[in-house]
Amino acid sequence: MTVRKYIVLFAVAAFAACGDVSLSRGMKVVGAVTLAGLPSLFTALLNPWVVLGILLLIGFFISYLTALSWADLTYVLPGTAVSYILTVSLAKFFLHEHVSVWRWLGVALITIGVGFVATGPEATPGAHRHNRDAGREAVTLADAGSEA
Amino acid sequence: MTNLALWGGIGAVVIASTIGDVLQSRAMKEIGDLGLMRQERGLFGVIRRVMSNPRFMLGLVFMAIGFFSLLITLSWGDVSVVGPATASLTFIANALVARVYLKENVDRRRWLAAIFVAGGVALLAL
Repeated sequence: MTVRKYIVLFAVAAFAACGDVSLSRGMKVVGAVTLAGLPSLFTALLNPWVVLGILLLIGFFISYLTALSWADLTYVLPGTAVSYILTVSLAKFFLHEHVSVWRWLGVALITIGVGFVATGPEATPGAHRHNRDAGREAVTLADAGSEA
Repeated sequence: MTNLALWGGIGAVVIASTIGDVLQSRAMKEIGDLGLMRQERGLFGVIRRVMSNPRFMLGLVFMAIGFFSLLITLSWGDVSVVGPATASLTFIANALVARVYLKENVDRRRWLAAIFVAGGVALLAL
């Protein structure tokens, strides 16, 4: 994996975490939205934190699609779960929310999960358009190996 | 709202989100490396190529269905149950479907990653 790819994966997690925290901060200012007060959702769109949150989540979607264009879904999803760790940290230090011991334990489990996936290959050979040849090569080598 | 309806709602969210995720992953696999494509065709060429892929658009529809089912399910039960349950079960469902539909090599390392992350996300609710 190149440095560029690690940056894209980190961007997926960072955009998701910052987007969620930004939306959460904005919606705390706007207040609870009820079915009767649905028009207040439109006033939420005037809140700068909500606007920033939406822009960050657009950034998330673009980097997520970019990652899926060269990595497996089963690599990208657990790999970018770093976003949960960032969200808990931001909730603790930026929104000053209480984070229980169980949540920190959850963060620890996620970190281990990310560690498992990050140490493996990012794509199944031949699964993506640009590495189809690599897939054929792997199959041919496997055939040659079984014949030998 | 009964527990059965609540878990039915959670199931609907998980199924719709998983279908949306795997369709988009399949679409991006067909399209190929967006970074390389941007160098060849430019940003608008990439946007046109992605938006014209029917699987990508169908994936978006399922993601929207997942999002609105989540909103409805949230009105039936606590966010502390619905949020982590849907997120963690979607990790497991994605690993199952990616193996069959996307033919991804989901080895023991990736299974452990999906299970640890799903467990961790469930604990974040406590």
